[in-house]
Amino acid sequence: MKRAAGYIAKRILELIVSLVLLSFVIFSLLYIAPGDPARQLVGTKKATPELLARIRESYGLDDPFFVQYKRWIEGVLHFDFGKSIRTDQTVIEYVAPHASVTLQLVVMALVLSVIFGLMLGIVAAKSRGTKRDNVINTLALVGTSAPSFAVALLFLYVFALKFGWFPIYGIGNGSFGDSLRHLALPSIVLTFGVSALIVKITRSALLTEDSKDYTTFMRARAVLPARITFVQLKNVSAPVLTSTGLVLANLVAGTILVESVFSIPGLGNLLASSVTFHDVPVVQFIALALAFIVCASSALVDILVFLIDPLSGKARSIHKISTAGEKNR
Amino acid sequence: MKSPGYGKMPVGVMVSSAFLLLVLVCLLFPDLLAASPLKIDTSLGAVPAGSPGHVLGTDSLGRDVLDLTIRGTRSALLGPLAIALGSIVIGLVLGSLAGWFGGVPDWIISRYADITLSMPTLLLAIVAASILGGGYWVSVAVMIILYSPFDIRLVRSAVIAQKNKPYIESALILRLGTPRILAVHIFPNIAHIILVNFFLNIAAGLVSMSSLSYLGLGVAPGDADWGRQLADGKGALFDNPMASVTAGLAIIITAIAVNVVGNYFSERTTIG
Repeated sequence: MKRAAGYIAKRILELIVSLVLLSFVIFSLLYIAPGDPARQLVGTKKATPELLARIRESYGLDDPFFVQYKRWIEGVLHFDFGKSIRTDQTVIEYVAPHASVTLQLVVMALVLSVIFGLMLGIVAAKSRGTKRDNVINTLALVGTSAPSFAVALLFLYVFALKFGWFPIYGIGNGSFGDSLRHLALPSIVLTFGVSALIVKITRSALLTEDSKDYTTFMRARAVLPARITFVQLKNVSAPVLTSTGLVLANLVAGTILVESVFSIPGLGNLLASSVTFHDVPVVQFIALALAFIVCASSALVDILVFLIDPLSGKARSIHKISTAGEKNR
Repeated sequence: MKSPGYGKMPVGVMVSSAFLLLVLVCLLFPDLLAASPLKIDTSLGAVPAGSPGHVLGTDSLGRDVLDLTIRGTRSALLGPLAIALGSIVIGLVLGSLAGWFGGVPDWIISRYADITLSMPTLLLAIVAASILGGGYWVSVAVMIILYSPFDIRLVRSAVIAQKNKPYIESALILRLGTPRILAVHIFPNIAHIILVNFFLNIAAGLVSMSSLSYLGLGVAPGDADWGRQLADGKGALFDNPMASVTAGLAIIITAIAVNVVGNYFSERTTIG
């Protein structure tokens, strides 16, 4: 128990250090960015030097770097992220509707990925060496290698444009059913890319279990194959859980690009357009929020894995299996 | 462990290698295959595939899609190559430093790698590239920084695995210098690991860089680049879907081919 507490404390400390560093990186990037935020604030009004000076003063744009950073962090800790430069709404009010669209998309894709990933991983492991296994492996290879936006475009072309099974873009009229219909294809695209990770890890973990003594023993005792698989699955829950954590991280990055292909007004599209418009508070908030989700979920998964299987410092070595996929999360 | 499913790869590996050779030719001698320069013909606009003189049609600016795709190879692959190379160099230097000396350098370098690893790579790259407003090579530099921790860890653990072996002990007894032991004795023995990772880095870099260029980061409008072409072609999806579909296929197939060859190397070397 003491070891668990120690591990959790260490992992949370690591999380906090990463987040502080991330916040620093994000803030300083926007600080040194070319372009004058004051000018953006003026908008279409005439930018007289007096007006610019007044804006600089009221936003504290002339303060030294660390004063600005400290002010920003203090705001963040009180959930005050400032106002959007574009609309004058508070950042949270402005971002919230976009976030809910992205949340819907990511949750759909996550559920689909876990279901299909586990299922195909089990099928591949149980029928290894057969044609079925090869097909699944090939699909997984394509899924991990191909970038989400390229797959998105191909799916858009084939399934929405050619066959007309799905709407082409947007999120529809806002009703739940309609948005579900519009988000179906994007979430399938995301699933195609990220579930491959779960397939690969489930498959190889199950194959390892197959050669262990307890499996041989269960077979010798004529335990039903389904029951053996069930026991094996329980034993591989740690690596599979780790892969699910990776999937979430991949989804967050993937959604930025996939939203753009399908013109879905989610966080990714908002981030892209805010960057162009130099809407600093919004960019800071979205980048920080997404980074927080990625870092926090990976910490949470590490802790869960440790609790399931305290002996496995293996949680990290799993990362190796998916180098290619993980780099693009 | 060798997974049986990959045992039957060779046909795939051959096809992939052949495709990569073709890509290499496009990279080195674009003029050979795409003879006519990227002529803009706005009066022509986007014509569908199979139009006379344009096998894959043209994009909305009237540029030949096939030529554009061939020209785009350079922009699509030079960056990933540079990323893989830069990241391996950083990995070799910092990784062997950490692995060989241990102690304080190891602690500092490993913590650095841990923290960078836990950051969302693509998200940071997008924010960094868009904010710095820099060109292609700024994106490459950002990516090298974000990729290197993988290589640092890899080299570090490979060096640690080698350092207690008898041949290194004898080298130490012969009083060979550290740089010499690392460069002449250890590196050749971990080269296969590095080679495999180099390939996987290229594949990942291809995905990252084309993602950035798809979002319009790192390449100027009108540049021949697969990501950019895909984004531009999306506007003409009804007139000539091939404009962006070709670019999408080029990215996907190249990424798969690099991964297939990389996996193949990895299997060959881990068994032997």
